[in-house]
Amino acid sequence: MLKLERRPQPSKAWVWLAPVVAVIATMIAGGALFAMLGKDPLVAIRTIFWDPLFSEFAFFYRPQLLVKGAPLILIAIGLSLGFRAGIWNIGAEGQYIVGALTGAGVGLAFYPLEGWFVFPLMVMAGALGGWAWAMIPAVLKVKFGTNEILVSLMLVYVAEQLLASMSLGLMKNPEGFGFPGSRNLQQYPSAHNAELIAGSGMHWGVVAAMIAVIFAYIMLTRHILGFHIRLTGEAPRAARFAGVNPGRLVLICLGLAGALAGLAGMFEVSGPAGRVSIDFNVGYGFTAIIVAFLGRLHPLGIALAGLLMALTYIGGEIAQSRLGVPAAAIQMFQGMLLFFLLAVDVMTNYRLRLTRREVA
Amino acid sequence: MKLTKLLTTAALALGLATGAMAQDTLKVGFVYVGPVGDGGWTYEHDKARQAVEAEFGDKVETVFVESVPEGPDAERVMTQMALDGAKLIFTTSFGFMDPTINVAAKFPDVKFEHATGYKRADNVSTYSARFYEGRAIQGHIAGKMTESNIIGYIGSYPIPEVIRGINSAFIHARKVNPDVQFKIVWAYTWFDPAKEADAAKVLIEQGADVILQHTDSTAPLAAAAEAGNIIGFGQASDMSEYADGPRVSSIIDNWAPYYIDRVKAVMDGTWTSTDTWDGIGPGMVGIGEITDRVPAEVKAEALALKEAIAKGEYHPFTGPLNKQDGSVWLADGEVADDGTLLGMDFYVEGIEGTIPN
Repeated sequence: MLKLERRPQPSKAWVWLAPVVAVIATMIAGGALFAMLGKDPLVAIRTIFWDPLFSEFAFFYRPQLLVKGAPLILIAIGLSLGFRAGIWNIGAEGQYIVGALTGAGVGLAFYPLEGWFVFPLMVMAGALGGWAWAMIPAVLKVKFGTNEILVSLMLVYVAEQLLASMSLGLMKNPEGFGFPGSRNLQQYPSAHNAELIAGSGMHWGVVAAMIAVIFAYIMLTRHILGFHIRLTGEAPRAARFAGVNPGRLVLICLGLAGALAGLAGMFEVSGPAGRVSIDFNVGYGFTAIIVAFLGRLHPLGIALAGLLMALTYIGGEIAQSRLGVPAAAIQMFQGMLLFFLLAVDVMTNYRLRLTRREVA
Repeated sequence: MKLTKLLTTAALALGLATGAMAQDTLKVGFVYVGPVGDGGWTYEHDKARQAVEAEFGDKVETVFVESVPEGPDAERVMTQMALDGAKLIFTTSFGFMDPTINVAAKFPDVKFEHATGYKRADNVSTYSARFYEGRAIQGHIAGKMTESNIIGYIGSYPIPEVIRGINSAFIHARKVNPDVQFKIVWAYTWFDPAKEADAAKVLIEQGADVILQHTDSTAPLAAAAEAGNIIGFGQASDMSEYADGPRVSSIIDNWAPYYIDRVKAVMDGTWTSTDTWDGIGPGMVGIGEITDRVPAEVKAEALALKEAIAKGEYHPFTGPLNKQDGSVWLADGEVADDGTLLGMDFYVEGIEGTIPN
């Protein structure tokens, strides 16, 4: 008989094996799904995972991986710090929106003035906006003991209303014939987060994501703050003995996550998206939660997971257009990834044992 | 720009490689903002895509991607279609405007058709429908049918398109029923069955016995059916599954004639960049069958109104009309110009409440 037995220590091997097994399981189950839809499963899987990287038009898709992956990685890095310490910021989507609004707001306020200082100010405003939005659940938690999961999540809906209001009112393009949405920052050179090398997909958001990965790695392995974060998550009692101030940690973790999400929003609105519009946010803040866990809350893992997630989006679109796979099937496919990861994760903390049936 | 060059070269290379095929088959791409099963906006665009396939058979190949977020994702999907050899791409949401212009600049040989926008280029046309013509007929029926004299209106976003619809419906409801009041709820969504149902319930609680909607799902009709003795209209598609219940008529988006026309133009090499704003006359706006719940005489009036609009004898925005603040908008007999209509950001006299922003 099969029995799950708790491991005395989480398995090191399974920690890293689980995502790989989850990806393979997703390919198999996803392939079965595509087959049931009457599509050749091998062609579908190849279209999603292989074609964006190595097909004829890979020169276009590879940079797109960076464009799509950068905000995911940037947000997920911030989230992972809190998640490690048991601080659950579910509202990165809202912080992303507010960062975009404050960043774009500064840019639009300077329009049409050209100057080198416009973009750096926008970056600061974006980070501050996201930080401030995350401070609401943080302060409420520290002062009044509210649940940060609920408060941060609810603030997403508030932020969405704020976004709609800005697109229809204050930030509406005065030359837009009454249509909602702001001016296009791509046409305002001082505020445009352009590609650093044309055709490379590298914009400042990608650079920021790389820096965030490196900093998070160093902080978690070398810095006392990283040690406190890990300690709080792994042994809260020991952390208290070690003099960790839990309130301060909440403020720092939520603040960092908010600032990074705000930056992601700001880089997106000033670069690839270009304008504040009612439907500006596309769920990066929520997808980043999957990315953080898929990457094992480890900075390097998150970088890989973010790129993998981006790959499924881009490949998924190609599969829709070339093979006629419905969008819902692609979304199911992405959902399977987290599902299988959580399922396989059991193996990290438990092992399978064959036991002989005992005589009653 | 280097990328532009790369893309064009690639497209050119592909064009040469598949040149033989391209002569026989025209690849047409469709970018949708919602799922094809939404029963409303995207559903109708997809029906038109199927009509294109039915019309041209082997001579076309259509591809589509649904639920595409507006912004960089849309840009990528369009680029991918162009790289894969599409020669004509329909982008069917207002939010696809800037992405369409960006991608069109990189693929001068590919034609683009953008719905409901105002930016054009040598290879970008725009098209939209005069839905306000349908709203006039809807307002007429609503004004005649209401007993509580309260008509509920579910708005999506306070943009000119939607405000135009409210004004048109209101003018024609008031014309036949001077006591009629409009209650307007903004749902801030184009498609969200739960929110739409809530909005409908709120309006019904406030005494509305006619529900008009500018959102795409059938949820308001379902809420009306549940409440009983309430009527509503199909939006974007016919929604005839509610014809035995609350649905008394509908405004149908019929893109098929336009799409077939444009595909043909590309095949014949006669395609040029145009700005189309068609209504009931050319068949872009359809009025769904008026059910027996509407008295025969009201139905006859509604059909006569439809006829007059189709023939161009009557314009739904004909003076005398005042703005909400009482100032004169159109003098007696004066007809609104398209520019004012396209940017409409005011209510006409008689509507209560302010447009949120």
